[in-house]
Amino acid sequence: MDSTQLAIEERVAEEHRHHSKPLFFYVWAALLVMTAIEVYLTYQNLPPVKMLTILLGLSFIKAALIIGYFMHLKYEVSVMRWATICSVVGCLIIMTIFFFPDAFRILHIGVK
Amino acid sequence: MAESALHDIPSVYEPSLFGTYSKKIGMWLFLLSDSLTFGALLYAYSYGRISTANWPTPFHSASIVNATVMTAFLLTSSLTMVLAVRASVERNAKAQTLWLLATMACGIGFIVLHGREWSNLIAEGLKLPMFPAVPGHEAASEFVNVSKTVPQFAATFFGLTGMHMLHVTLGVIYLGVVALRRKFIPILLVLWLVAWLGTPVYSPFHYGAHVLLIAAIVISIILWLKPKVYDSSDVEVAGLYWHFVDLVWMFIFPLVYLMSAKIL
Repeated sequence: MDSTQLAIEERVAEEHRHHSKPLFFYVWAALLVMTAIEVYLTYQNLPPVKMLTILLGLSFIKAALIIGYFMHLKYEVSVMRWATICSVVGCLIIMTIFFFPDAFRILHIGVK
Repeated sequence: MAESALHDIPSVYEPSLFGTYSKKIGMWLFLLSDSLTFGALLYAYSYGRISTANWPTPFHSASIVNATVMTAFLLTSSLTMVLAVRASVERNAKAQTLWLLATMACGIGFIVLHGREWSNLIAEGLKLPMFPAVPGHEAASEFVNVSKTVPQFAATFFGLTGMHMLHVTLGVIYLGVVALRRKFIPILLVLWLVAWLGTPVYSPFHYGAHVLLIAAIVISIILWLKPKVYDSSDVEVAGLYWHFVDLVWMFIFPLVYLMSAKIL
């Protein structure tokens, strides 16, 4: 590994040292609580679309917590943050454009 | 702060555009591509569900409780992984190894619970056409009907959760190599023998266990070609992979299990 890589690695390690340990426990507890809420909601007989919306909302919050704090993306440089998030979201939008119009058409027509 | 610190680094090379080392960027690129694999599988599952009348909701509370415990295992493993990364940057080798082993233990717990659940569902009749019949076990008519009337359910369920289980297994192996290096190879071979010989021939895990043998061969070659002591950057990169596996489960758990729970 060249000197640039080693220096960058040391800087990243230095950033890690500044993160407080309790923060990770708070994030972990929040993830567990949200999982418990999801399981609780499962047995509340909510309409499927409402249920799906809430579950997906909680899943995205959980994903953001994992990516931001556990995967450390929150502390990366802005170019890194934008490049990763935009590329994934862009690809998922493309998938949505191709997949779902047909699925919604089937849903609208009804499956015999 | 991060950007300004980056420009202070003296080098003949230009500083990295992404402000971090190349191994980490490589892992992020891999994870981005892998997220599309899981994204496609989840979209296929959602498409199948929307376009299929009478999509089954066969998961009883026992399955939901089992999947919730599995989720807790994965979330806890992410916490122990973060603590392993922290120990590595503090150059505390003993704590790093212990936290990595704790992460592996949670991962193995997840795999064992998932494998047990698969075995129960297969025994009750939820299966793919390629799965052999379980001898001496009466299949529950509910799951047999599901497999016959809506074969997409079993296909998407086993496809999606199987792909994730494979990722968790490879993650445990990856962490084992980072934590124990060459000492992990005999352990992996023992695990392979236990998984292979300890599962009945009709179980999909009987032949699936050979993934461990293939991994042991690949690891042996890698460690023979490039023996090294893994440093904090390697632990951090391994952690990224592990957290990603956890992240994917945060979508599989509600979409596949909770949305298919049997409400009595």
